[in-house]
Amino acid sequence: MEVTGAQALVRSLESQGVDVVFGLPGGAILPAYDPIRSSSLRHILVRHEQGAGHAAEGYAWATGRVGVCIATSGPGATNLVTALADAYMDSVPIVAITGQVPTAMIGTDAFQESDITGITSPVTKHNELVTDPARIPAAIAEAFHIASTGRPGPVLVDLPKDILQAQTTWSWPPSMDLPGYKIPGAPEGSLIEQAARALREARRPVLYVGGGVVKSDSAPAVRELAELARTPVTTTLMARGAFPDSHPLALGMPGMHGAYAAVAALQECDLIVALGARFDDRVTGQLASFAPKAKVVHVDIDPAEIGKNRRPDVAIVGDLRTVLTDLVTAMRAEIDANGAPDTASWVTLTDGWKRSYPLRYSQEAGGPLKPQHVVERLSALTGGDAIVVAGVGQHQMHAAQHYRFTKPRSWINSGGAGTMGFAVPAAMGAQIGRPGELVVAIDGDGCFQMTGQELATCAIEGLPIKVLIFNNGFLGMVRQWQELFYEERYSEVHLGTAIPDYVKLAEAYGCVGLRCDNAGDVDSVLEKALSVSDVPAVVDFRTHDAEGVFPMVPAGHANDDIVLGPEFTAAEQQAATRKEVI
Amino acid sequence: MRTHTLSVLVENKPGVLAHVAGLFSRRAFNITALSVGPTSDPKVSRMTIVVDGDSTPVDQVHKQLEKLVRVLKVTELEPEEAIERELALIKVRVNPDLRAELLDVATSFRASVVDLNPDTIVLEAVCSPGRLDALLTQLARHGTCELVRTGMIAISRGGETITDDMDSAPPELALTH
Ligand SMILES: Cc1ncc(C[n+]2csc(CCOP(=O)(O)OP(=O)(O)O)c2C)c(N)n1
Ligand SMILES: [Mg+2]
Repeated sequence: MEVTGAQALVRSLESQGVDVVFGLPGGAILPAYDPIRSSSLRHILVRHEQGAGHAAEGYAWATGRVGVCIATSGPGATNLVTALADAYMDSVPIVAITGQVPTAMIGTDAFQESDITGITSPVTKHNELVTDPARIPAAIAEAFHIASTGRPGPVLVDLPKDILQAQTTWSWPPSMDLPGYKIPGAPEGSLIEQAARALREARRPVLYVGGGVVKSDSAPAVRELAELARTPVTTTLMARGAFPDSHPLALGMPGMHGAYAAVAALQECDLIVALGARFDDRVTGQLASFAPKAKVVHVDIDPAEIGKNRRPDVAIVGDLRTVLTDLVTAMRAEIDANGAPDTASWVTLTDGWKRSYPLRYSQEAGGPLKPQHVVERLSALTGGDAIVVAGVGQHQMHAAQHYRFTKPRSWINSGGAGTMGFAVPAAMGAQIGRPGELVVAIDGDGCFQMTGQELATCAIEGLPIKVLIFNNGFLGMVRQWQELFYEERYSEVHLGTAIPDYVKLAEAYGCVGLRCDNAGDVDSVLEKALSVSDVPAVVDFRTHDAEGVFPMVPAGHANDDIVLGPEFTAAEQQAATRKEVI
Repeated sequence: MRTHTLSVLVENKPGVLAHVAGLFSRRAFNITALSVGPTSDPKVSRMTIVVDGDSTPVDQVHKQLEKLVRVLKVTELEPEEAIERELALIKVRVNPDLRAELLDVATSFRASVVDLNPDTIVLEAVCSPGRLDALLTQLARHGTCELVRTGMIAISRGGETITDDMDSAPPELALTH
């Protein structure tokens, strides 16, 4: 059948099973917007293309499906770059479709021309400038295949205007031409057996669970493995929710602002089983002194992650879903043959750490409102059942630390890139991907002002997301670093709490606006926000401006230098530093 | 400097060279030479990349290259198992008193004279990069005034070929996401 390139694009997206796209039109992509009108695609008109990118990410995080965003050439496309870079760092499967100037004008500095494939090549898993309308179906099919398989990531397809306007013949499915695209097959069984043996023999093992566990939907197998092997579990910032925080073997989050028990367990363990985690510097601290006594079993789908930062003793390249299933089976066999692992004294030790050095803060009645208290109340009121989306900064760390996660895909954030402005648009994408579920963005006052205009989109689309602005009047995380490492010389971190007036702003955007400045009102204000069902509810929480995030391992330091923070006595800090290990 | 040689087969498509070069700058990999040319298959190009092994983790270079969608195959060639060649064109100023000596040097390196002028000659040399460096040292006394090198190309010794274990089957088509 004869169609235009634009029709081929829209049909390809439909055939690919896409239900929603986030975008904003312009000259070069105009031809595609005509067939979108009469298609089955739901198009969400964002207010800024960065919002389209993060919304596609939020959708992908929440659903496990590929998120799609569309922009025009030039500035429309470059506005997507931050979201693409974010998706690349966090391995989020999204497909970006951009318009381009007509092929004959490429290279002439034509109006709204930018070399978007050149610009995005370091921040996409793959990209392509399509120069033949007949290739559109294959280019789209390949983009979805590449985005969603192996280690997921963003893919960009750039479509010149004349290619969208040209006539071509429609047929589906196209045959993909990806001779160089490799997805690792099943690893050798002997490696799985080695891993199982190492786990059974270890006296002080830890499962170091990363984002790969969420992406491969293998959280249930992790739980089975942990219980079989009687092994404590840490969940990274990318993996919060992959193992329930209420589980007796849960140690919480490791890393720079990790729970003491999680940080200490990694330092003192004799075996790390890394599952879809990448030994990121925010987890390891100073690499040379990280987990000095540990053997390492590293499972990842990306061969380039193996040995990049830490040399493993057992390297397993493969899909976690199948590897974990096999590992659980191998572990059972290992236990049947040689008995259960002996980790009892290790678990007692880590339990002691959890009790002695919990996440601690103090909310005084009548005192300043503590951000941790808001997170804790939200956690209690929602029973750990909300989809929590965070911005970047202190509020993000407080959310990751204090929300009691119960299930995977209930925590969405910008981990690797740390992109301020992620929360509101990502929450919008998550809400569209999972309508009827409770989506709560915990955002900073700084972050909110970067992408808050998507409240307009959410209000018009009737998306009842909750946006909890932790309004401390500061770029709080930067302020904390200036407090600790620049002798309290605060430079350009003060935002002020009054401007803008977030309640009025929310109302101007057609949302419900609420304010809370004391601990006593937190529950009632949260309940009011949670009860709004047709538009977003925005809460201006006036949180303590001098609150820090603790524990903290100062950047570049060894994890052994962990600072518990002002809520602990000098004696406690000393005891924590001088930990006695069997 | 310890160098490593990677032979890389890539799809002959626009932007592939930029992708590969971009990877090196993004990952802070130091390369000392890169050469590209066609192969017997018009859809495939071959790159030879020489990596500075002192400053760059070669294993990472190898793995990151393999992740590029348009890269078909990466192999590392060990110097003792490979034939390494580089072509250079060298313009040398000729001092009439040393003309004979200059031509002797050229002969002993099997470099041929491809352009001859009253006060300059152009030599063409094809040899291993190490030998080429030695030739250039010799010529320096005479006054090398212009030099162009292709960058090294290399091929394995013996019967093995780079395409031996290549899987040419197309990937399975996934229609759902
Ligand atoms: C786009 C971007 N710019 C700058 C930074 C550096 N940065 C990290 S956290 C932070 C402060 C965020 O302030 P706010 O949103 O108010 O959160 P808070 O730390 O106060 O909770 C800044 C500026 C960043 N991560 N992203
Ligand atoms: Mg703030």
